[in-house]
Amino acid sequence: MEARIEEHPILGKQEKGKKVTFTFDGQELHGYEGEPIAAALKAEGVMIHRYTQKEHKPRGIFCAIGRCTDCVMIVNGKPNVRTCVTPLEDGMKVQTQYGVSEKHFDEQS
Amino acid sequence: MKRYDLIIVGAGPSGLSAAIEAAKRGLEVVVFDENEKPGGQLFKQIHKFFGSKEHKAKIRGFKIGEDLLKEADAAGVKVVLNATVCGMYQDKEITVRINDEMHHYKGDTIIIATGASENMVTFPGWTLPGVIGAGAAQTMMNLHGVKPGSKILMLGSGNVGLVVSFQLIQCGCEVVALVDAAPRVGGYGVHAAKVARTGVPFYLSHTIVKAEGEDHVTGVTIAEVDSSFKFIPGTEKHFDVDTICLAVGLSPMSQLLKMAGCKMEDNPKRGGQVPICDEYGRTSIPGVFVAGDVSGIEEASSAMIEGRMAGIAAAEYLGYIEKEELDSKLEELDAALDGLRQGMFAPKNRGQMIEKTDEGIDISTNLLKKGYVADDEIERFPGVTRAKGIHPVIECTQNIPCNPCQDSCPKKCIKIGANITALPAIDPEATCVGCGMCVASCSGQAIFLVDETYEEGYASITMPYEFLPLPEVGDKGIALGRSGQKVCEAEVVNVRTSPAFDKTHLLTMKVPVEFVMKARFFKKEV
Amino acid sequence: MNSVNDRSRDIGEFVPAPDDDMLICRCEEITKGEIRRAVHDGMWTMTEIRRYLRTGMGLCQGQTCARLVKGIVAKELGISPAELEPATSRAPMRPTEMRILAKEAQD
Repeated sequence: MEARIEEHPILGKQEKGKKVTFTFDGQELHGYEGEPIAAALKAEGVMIHRYTQKEHKPRGIFCAIGRCTDCVMIVNGKPNVRTCVTPLEDGMKVQTQYGVSEKHFDEQS
Repeated sequence: MKRYDLIIVGAGPSGLSAAIEAAKRGLEVVVFDENEKPGGQLFKQIHKFFGSKEHKAKIRGFKIGEDLLKEADAAGVKVVLNATVCGMYQDKEITVRINDEMHHYKGDTIIIATGASENMVTFPGWTLPGVIGAGAAQTMMNLHGVKPGSKILMLGSGNVGLVVSFQLIQCGCEVVALVDAAPRVGGYGVHAAKVARTGVPFYLSHTIVKAEGEDHVTGVTIAEVDSSFKFIPGTEKHFDVDTICLAVGLSPMSQLLKMAGCKMEDNPKRGGQVPICDEYGRTSIPGVFVAGDVSGIEEASSAMIEGRMAGIAAAEYLGYIEKEELDSKLEELDAALDGLRQGMFAPKNRGQMIEKTDEGIDISTNLLKKGYVADDEIERFPGVTRAKGIHPVIECTQNIPCNPCQDSCPKKCIKIGANITALPAIDPEATCVGCGMCVASCSGQAIFLVDETYEEGYASITMPYEFLPLPEVGDKGIALGRSGQKVCEAEVVNVRTSPAFDKTHLLTMKVPVEFVMKARFFKKEV
Repeated sequence: MNSVNDRSRDIGEFVPAPDDDMLICRCEEITKGEIRRAVHDGMWTMTEIRRYLRTGMGLCQGQTCARLVKGIVAKELGISPAELEPATSRAPMRPTEMRILAKEAQD
């Protein structure tokens, strides 16, 4: 988790909740309870959150404060969840969103 | 439907300040904020603020935020988080979404303190993962403890672009370039200088041609632009990056006011669509006030004062205080606000090309073009003097309202005077004892302690240092000049840390004496 | 009716430009060319553009693209963005699910 800031020159060591496990497209990843899902994904090197409906283009974090809705993913089965403002919970199921579906475009009818 | 004396939308610095003033005078106040945490953008600011003592100068943004929250708590202000105000209607009624329900509330007075949102600039590839707003970078680094990327290009040289670039370096990222289509650096010279001396190249009159990458950013091409912002062929430069940060301005989030029927105007000097209001935040709707960035993009220090004004104005509107108290308090706050709105970057001077300081000294053109004062420009300024023995060298070259350095010196070496936009000057009669308080107190990190007679053939330079890992005594390395280029060999001879310095370490390096006026940053040899 | 909206004004033909395929509305994936073409189709106000193209009607409700669209439309009309009336500001200010809009709290 090299993307995590261990000790910051001004902020010191960050206080984090307890370490939890979640899945991203079936793969097991780790994060801290309560931090935004997007932060945990970024720390694990995930850049792409979804593919757009029309042009099937990749999108990821853009504004990080819940305004632009580019970071939305399917969380515990529900689509359009803004991962940058939704807190991570133990056992969460996070999936790449294709349009508004968990299924790849080729599999969508 | 619940009725409040005062409803405030937005728990940022201006909203909280307004809440405190109103609650202190007996109003029942509620503050709604759509975010999970209060404080707006304040908690993401890890640098020391400018201004004077009454403006909380020398104190880091997030500490000001913590103090503000404590004050609000003590005054009995109710803050409701995760509460999105979805609409503001006539008769001062609002709808708020809290959890999964819509609530209606009525306010006898309402203060809108919703702040601003970031502007966008488009270029091929701008939607690729890896292109983020500067605010996003700040949120990730300073709130969530995650690096936004490893190699970053920053677009925008206003205070946001400069400050966020420095913060990126502080958390261990590499800023490969700072780019701006404008011909001059838009933010404070000292913010630019502290970034430039770490080695970040500035490319003014340049902008992004395209962001490259298949499914995320892997590189970026920039090119020079002419005076009509058209690309000049043959000037393309390429950088390998995984992140592009956009810091291209802010726009007020004033839609609630528009919805309720406030008279609005499109004012480019204030950032776009703003409500028409008087100097105390009163809008065209009686009982509806505004404060902070939503009424005109400025900064947190002015937002807090505007908030206090609006809170007091609301109290008087409802009859909780007499007009005499309103007038005298507002006069006091107005003076404080006016104190901030002076100098080179004052709102009234926006768009103007200032060529000389108030003292009549030519502004450093290199600072505006490249982000650092050139070696042949630096000695023009009153804070830069030569002397025997240890003494401060203050590389503060623009008039901005700021004076913590003056107050910090126990020997009264530094003089600014009553007008806090004056450039700091050194008193030749006073004797410096090398305590370093001035170095640590300068929010712009523009003060150095210099001793040209440190050792035979060597000078010592003490600089503010806010990076990890902290070098140790004996470390050998190189000294970088103001431009971020190597000037000579250097060795660390002292490292001082003290609670009084508030996380700004004092690093002293020795360099060959002929480089004493050039060497300004230390990099350890790997 | 202000003179900006005088539909008898001749704003010229639509001239294709090399950056017409630049995405402007990220949520609905609408390009600069589509917006410019819409102006020449007769959409001269922000509200009309929004209804015609869906710019600003996606998940983020125009939070990201509004200012960009305004600049493009104004340029096509030959006026300054400050003269163009912004789209109507209407509740809800943030995307809200219908089931929440329907659930009134009893305070």
